[in-house]
Amino acid sequence: MTWRGRLLIAVPYVWLLVLFLVPFGIVLKISLSDIALAIPPYTPTMKDGLWAMLSGLDFENYAFIGAGAVVAGFAGLILCIAMYRIVFPRIRRAMLPDTATTVFDTAAAALTALAVAIVNVAVVVAVLAFVLPALSDFVDVPDFLYFAAYLSSLKIAAISTFLTLLIGYPVAYGMARAAQHWRPTLLMLVILPFWTSFLIRVYAWIGILSTEGYLNQLLLSLGVISAPLSILNTPVAVYIGIVYTYLPFMVLPIYAALEKMDDSLVEAAEDLGCTALSAFWLVTAPLSKPGVIAGCFLVFIPTLGEFVIPSLLGGSDTLMIGKVLWEEFFNNRDWPVASAVAVILLMILIIPIVLFQRNEQKQRELDG
Amino acid sequence: MAQPKPNAIFAPWHDPAEKPLIQFKNVTKRFGDFTAIDDLTLDIYAKEFFALLGPSGCGKTTLMRMLGGFETPTEGTILLDGVDIGPVPPNERPVNMMFQSYALFPHLTVWDNIAFGLKRSDMPKDQIGDRVERMLKLTQLGKFAKRKPHQISGGQRQRVALARSLAKAPKLLLLDEPLGALDKKLRHETQFELMDIQETTGTTFVIVTHDQEEAMTVASRVAVMTEGKLAQVATPDQIYEAPNSAYVADFIGDVNLIEGTVEAKAPDARATDVAIKWSATEPAIMASAEIRPPAASSVTFAIRPEKVTITAQKPEAANVMEGKILDIAYLGNLSTYHVEVAPGVIIKAQATNSRRISRRNLTWEDHVYLSWTDTAGVVLTA
Repeated sequence: MTWRGRLLIAVPYVWLLVLFLVPFGIVLKISLSDIALAIPPYTPTMKDGLWAMLSGLDFENYAFIGAGAVVAGFAGLILCIAMYRIVFPRIRRAMLPDTATTVFDTAAAALTALAVAIVNVAVVVAVLAFVLPALSDFVDVPDFLYFAAYLSSLKIAAISTFLTLLIGYPVAYGMARAAQHWRPTLLMLVILPFWTSFLIRVYAWIGILSTEGYLNQLLLSLGVISAPLSILNTPVAVYIGIVYTYLPFMVLPIYAALEKMDDSLVEAAEDLGCTALSAFWLVTAPLSKPGVIAGCFLVFIPTLGEFVIPSLLGGSDTLMIGKVLWEEFFNNRDWPVASAVAVILLMILIIPIVLFQRNEQKQRELDG
Repeated sequence: MAQPKPNAIFAPWHDPAEKPLIQFKNVTKRFGDFTAIDDLTLDIYAKEFFALLGPSGCGKTTLMRMLGGFETPTEGTILLDGVDIGPVPPNERPVNMMFQSYALFPHLTVWDNIAFGLKRSDMPKDQIGDRVERMLKLTQLGKFAKRKPHQISGGQRQRVALARSLAKAPKLLLLDEPLGALDKKLRHETQFELMDIQETTGTTFVIVTHDQEEAMTVASRVAVMTEGKLAQVATPDQIYEAPNSAYVADFIGDVNLIEGTVEAKAPDARATDVAIKWSATEPAIMASAEIRPPAASSVTFAIRPEKVTITAQKPEAANVMEGKILDIAYLGNLSTYHVEVAPGVIIKAQATNSRRISRRNLTWEDHVYLSWTDTAGVVLTA
């Protein structure tokens, strides 16, 4: 390879090094430090000398936020998935040699495989607990706040991804089916909100959703409700905010998948005896699956670490890891714990990101 | 002109007792202001291989899509086996279509693509497998059953599309430019395969094409369309040898069209003889027509280049013209000579290259004679 080629390739790697790996290294180092009343608010630092600093690092913060349990949970999950992938195809083959299959057969095989995987992992856990009692210290969770925040974030991210899909798919479908000359306009309308600051749009929802907000005023004047609804500062407001903000990320990949689909495929399905509905399930839905998967990841990944929407719309009851992280940094000034929370968040996010990449790669292979 | 009778083994359109499978009755289709099909009436018979031929935008695809159920006629009715199929949706018609883009389902294997229609029908599961295997065998795709459409070649995809549309054993198979995406050699081979399959299955085929050679090769009858109307519906040889209008003559194959006026009947001439005055100085063209056009009416004389003989010496024939070679198109098996017989009037003559090139003596700027018999051309009044 010529030096020019190397130079070209070096650009993204240098970018990655300077803007991701170096900051991550710093955060990782802080997460291994201890809180201190100093500037910067942690110890040890490079002022103590490199060796003294390195020997002063420990996993105390990780133990505090229950990272051991998170890691163990992940290990269990990965084990479960691996087991499932081993068991499922074998059950499938054993159940139905050489016959045409239905959805129910597949579902039955999947459930059986799942049960086998879970039982196996449970057995492994039980054996480990018996053989290595020291492990119970590792998975001990001294403060359940962080653990609950991770779980709550996962729950909120999963539910809002589902809601976004529920709204986004029909929108994308409608756009792809619209007359050719309307499509650029519709696409523009989907992208248009990006022209305004994200923060301002979320603030606008406060005006809509608050007790004296436009929504309540409208519903009261229409006589639909007699007392104003309290939506703001509840999880409902968070879901509304997330679905609203991330809808374009769901619509665009699905639209792209549907738009490049040949219309004659649906006609062919109808020609071969499908009703409009079955043609959709048998042809349109499977062909838009890559778009759906891409859209789900594009919504799920940023939602998991979302901070602005829950803190503006969610009130104090909504527990999300992004918000906890912010409070650790700025309210508690506990940089080491906050850094540990961030590192674990990143670890959790790696899994969906890797899955997303694999989906994209598979799609490229299919197209190419 | 005397009509060579086609080898009338299969000609249900001549049999008044035969009931047509498909009847278009005064069908009109409009898209907004645009009239795609204009008051069209047409009968297609069972087991026919019927070709709809025309330039793009002539309405041939619209006509086919109406048979498939993807368009409904604005006016008129379409009968299939005597039943009006206007209100029947595509999934309930005993008609299958092979799409121009093939429309193979990219997420399904070749096997599943072919089985797709069968699974939607009430065919028992154990018979579906047999039927798919039969189709794979018919189209020689056995080896590719487990592949996805993007893993096979264009010709194989075309055969999968054919197998899929034939799998349900439809009464009528519609083929929309089925060979358009194939290269020339493969197209020729596939044309004969299509004819074989049509004969084996006994299905009625309606093919849409803009390739006149393809239509002539495969079809039992050809309908030449222009601007939503049928210009002529006839067997390929009739279309070629006895076109009913200058449009059809010009659209099918190569032709010389000479405009002129009919001269008054000479006293010693036969009833079918027509003399056409086409130039002030040159002698009239002698032709024959079954129905003699009235004297002084303007007509077009059409003659195929291969029916014009080109010689260096003056021959004895009903029509002889003298001219100069302007151009020679050498096609290997034959050569087409462009000969100027009068200022601005160029007649094409074709000669088979039965000798090696060095032994032929005609070249550019040569003075030659063109000749043809009185029955070689057609007198067209439209």
